[in-house]
Amino acid sequence: MSDQFPSSVAQLAAGLRDGEYSSVELTKAYLTRISEHDDALNSFITVCDESALAQARAADAAIAAGAANNLCGVPYANKDIFCTSDVRTSCGSKMLDNFIAPYDAGVVERLNAAGMVMLGKTNMDEFAMGSSNETSFYGRTCNPWDLSRVPGGSSGGSAAAVAASLAPIATGTDTGGSIRQPAAFCGISGLKPTYGRVSRYGMIAFASSLDQGGPMGRTAEDLALLMNVIAGFDERDSTSLEMPDEDFGRLLNKPIENARIGVPSEYFGPDLDAEIGALLERAIAEFEKLGATICEVSLPNSQLAIPAYYVIALAECSSNLSRYDGIRFGHQCENAVDLTDLYERSRAEGFGEEVKRRILVGTYALSSGYYDAYYRKAQQIRRLIKQDFVNAFDDVDFLIGPTTPDVAFTAGCHSSDPVTMYLSDIYTTAVNLAGLPALSIPAGQVSGLPVGLQLIGNYFSEAAMLGLADRYQKNSSWHLSHPSEICAGGPS
Amino acid sequence: MNWETVIGLEVHAQLSTDSKIFSGASTAFGAEPNSQACAVDLGLPGALPVVNIRAVEMAVKFGLAVNGRIASHSIFARKNYFYPDLPKGYQISQYEDPIVSGGVLPIDFDGGITDIQLTRAHLEEDAGKSAHGNVLGATGIDLNRAGTALLEIVSEPVMRSAKEAVAYLRELHQLVQYLKICDGNMEEGSFRCDANVSVRLKGDTEFGTRTEIKNLNSFRFVERAIDFEVERQIDVLTEGGSITQETRLYDTEAGETRSMRGKEDAHDYRYFPDPDLLPVHVAPEFIEDLSVQLPELPRAKRQRFVTDYELSQDDASLLTGSAETAAYFEACLAAEAVDPKALSNWIVGELFAALNEAGLKIEYCPIKPTDFSVLIERISDGTISGKMAKEVFQAMWDGEGNADEVIDARGLEQISDSAAIEAAVDEVIAENSDQVAQFRAGKEKVLGFLVGQVMKKTKGQANPKVANELMKKQLGDGE
Amino acid sequence: MSISDDEVRAMAKLARLAIEESDIPIYAEQVSHILELVGQMNDVDTTDVEPMAHPQDLVARLRPDRVTESDNRDAFQRNAPRTEDGLYLVPQVIE
Repeated sequence: MSDQFPSSVAQLAAGLRDGEYSSVELTKAYLTRISEHDDALNSFITVCDESALAQARAADAAIAAGAANNLCGVPYANKDIFCTSDVRTSCGSKMLDNFIAPYDAGVVERLNAAGMVMLGKTNMDEFAMGSSNETSFYGRTCNPWDLSRVPGGSSGGSAAAVAASLAPIATGTDTGGSIRQPAAFCGISGLKPTYGRVSRYGMIAFASSLDQGGPMGRTAEDLALLMNVIAGFDERDSTSLEMPDEDFGRLLNKPIENARIGVPSEYFGPDLDAEIGALLERAIAEFEKLGATICEVSLPNSQLAIPAYYVIALAECSSNLSRYDGIRFGHQCENAVDLTDLYERSRAEGFGEEVKRRILVGTYALSSGYYDAYYRKAQQIRRLIKQDFVNAFDDVDFLIGPTTPDVAFTAGCHSSDPVTMYLSDIYTTAVNLAGLPALSIPAGQVSGLPVGLQLIGNYFSEAAMLGLADRYQKNSSWHLSHPSEICAGGPS
Repeated sequence: MNWETVIGLEVHAQLSTDSKIFSGASTAFGAEPNSQACAVDLGLPGALPVVNIRAVEMAVKFGLAVNGRIASHSIFARKNYFYPDLPKGYQISQYEDPIVSGGVLPIDFDGGITDIQLTRAHLEEDAGKSAHGNVLGATGIDLNRAGTALLEIVSEPVMRSAKEAVAYLRELHQLVQYLKICDGNMEEGSFRCDANVSVRLKGDTEFGTRTEIKNLNSFRFVERAIDFEVERQIDVLTEGGSITQETRLYDTEAGETRSMRGKEDAHDYRYFPDPDLLPVHVAPEFIEDLSVQLPELPRAKRQRFVTDYELSQDDASLLTGSAETAAYFEACLAAEAVDPKALSNWIVGELFAALNEAGLKIEYCPIKPTDFSVLIERISDGTISGKMAKEVFQAMWDGEGNADEVIDARGLEQISDSAAIEAAVDEVIAENSDQVAQFRAGKEKVLGFLVGQVMKKTKGQANPKVANELMKKQLGDGE
Repeated sequence: MSISDDEVRAMAKLARLAIEESDIPIYAEQVSHILELVGQMNDVDTTDVEPMAHPQDLVARLRPDRVTESDNRDAFQRNAPRTEDGLYLVPQVIE
């Protein structure tokens, strides 16, 4: 955020601690920027002017009292999938347009405890089902690099907000690429942690065995800082990993000489845009220059990731979304004549087309006579895919490749056949099936649009991955590029 | 034609956990509607289940008690269907890998022992309840019960009569209470039964089409409902009709089963492993720890009572009806070395009657076992007569003190001292010369009258046995 | 792999989604496309491959049997469209 304030969270936090500016000033500046630019972007569903300023005042008091955490007073944008008491949590759906959660998500509790300031709740594909933010009930979010294009999804609002400097950092969730793909499309950094690192309590479920929350920001260093806040064990989530808290920034600014990086040949096939391929070759050469060892590896079942992912994700979502029945919360249709009518119309009215489509497919994949052919088969392929990674990590520490096969696409271009959009997830879904950590960082531009580089690590290797990404960013400047039309004339 | 009935039972036993199977909400019965339904029970967005260890322990105990196989890894699965009492649109249950498979429950039936084979026992969550409220045309939903831990115990279709089904159900009911995994309260729905019933011609190897009867909340209704359903099926088949596989409800007032139309439309539960829950691992040490905690089971206790205390099967069954009754009996014996048979008669007779009348369970009996055994001892040592003992028992029940205190206070001690009774006998002989003459003339029945007079004179305190002997002796002497 | 209009209707009924009759063929076509996409799974032999339901081979952490929740009904029911006397209301259910 241009003149007055630095753009990285690390610098912002330092400035707050040193008293260069207050959290209230910082928060006001961001709120102003949101009010000036978000009409064009539509990256927020709800902006929390009052509560943000209240949090900022509390943070300033804590900082003054010397009782502040590292990120105390730093503003952030929260994906509207994390439940927040007192602020509506819509999940991008008409179904939850009137829903105010009676509790905070585990992640939100941690953000609050850290004294961070929530600027608002960001736009997203409905129930995180989409790769473009076009399925949101609240209208599509625009890509700040080119408003006619999509920001990616489902965490597209968070990505656009950070890219346009409407927030210094944001939360996202990633079920099949929903942090990494929008990060790539918007030219920011995003980390999908190891499954189980970040509590799913209060994070509205799309596909429970794949969903994972994570940070979206400008730099690897910022991601590490936010990871230190949001990651950690939560006894209310059965799948939460019971591990001691760790400092995800401990391997920043460290040499990477011993890193062995594998390049999966399957990720550089004909699906990949040639210019993106060329940019990635340059990035890989840069890692080699920084001392990493590069070698080719194979993930032979890669082409099966999309089919297996969609079967599993849609089966889980068909069941996860059954609770939206219009009885205890959420949209209820008018004048239901009987119970069936109440269910069928409340759900038909409350859910958008993509969600309904996915529920139908998921229902089919689990139904009697088809379970083995679809769901069970997908679960078997899931094991094959995980095994591919296990084998690869016998030889290398990290995998490198593209985040997406192409740059951000034009809004509406997939509307005639929604299935074609599913293919934009070809490099991201395998990681969710295996539960591995992966991140996307900017690695160049094609026709003025950002290109993302994906790093995939072994289980629990987030700190090392962030160290590697940090090393790259200290030797490149792609992460510092801002979309000009939005960014011009930032707060002063 | 000669028909054979085939019955399998599915029992839902609510486990006696303090909190729910997947949430920290209370399971106490009878709270204000929805006051014990937390975010998890309500299926609020983002709420997640976490398994209660006590529910797992209880299921394992049951598995051990019936000699079932305990799965080292059991899987929670979602059973998907829409119903207002099912907040998430799915019930978390177990499907392909239940925690207990197989097992057997021996029952006493038809003068012998029959082994009832079990299919499985699995953990699941209970649903909420519908309540017809004050709003016209609307049904109210109370989700307090939603998420209460259930153990569903499924038998093989091995029972051949309603009576046998009830015998199995009683044995199971007793077992879960002995294991302290279920309070067995059928009125409150803690122990519920669905019956799968079919009929076939004797000698057929294939089963007939079955119906499932729901909502059987007493032993009596189970028997009546099955009997009704068997008759109904036989009637239909005899008239050339066929049985529809369906769910039927037992109407307790009409005494008949009715088809539950409307809940029938094409169930396809789409079971799949619950992605919010990981497999439940039961380690050998976990099983070992629980197996040493297992109490003596009803059947073993019954047999021991017969062998050790020389009781009849019937008495042993009554005394082991509940673990608490058996414990009472044995606590009495531990306090005083009284005759087990006499003690048993008193517990099964007077004590049960008093408890019954007061509506009390034996664990709340106002007479402590140590006091009760003294009462029995005072009968056998001749301090009081059996008849007196009833008065003493009543006084003890009413809180007037222990047996000795009551006997003292009321002066009920029996006179066994010969001299004192002899005097009374002599007086009676002197005062009833007519009867004495009759006796001596061979009318022995008169003896009873004379002894009665002695009892009257001693205000009932004379030991009747001593009085009888002395009377005979005196009358004989006079000859 | 394609799915018929009737199958779409059956799935919509199972999933309790009211779908306009005119939309049924559209859903049938789109769902069929998705099924074609996932049908690629059949190209690989998965005999003897153990299905994998969770990313990591972990087992459940069990919770102690303690009551940790208190009555929060009023807060919960603020989100409910229709309640009466603490009950959630639905159109009359006839059993």
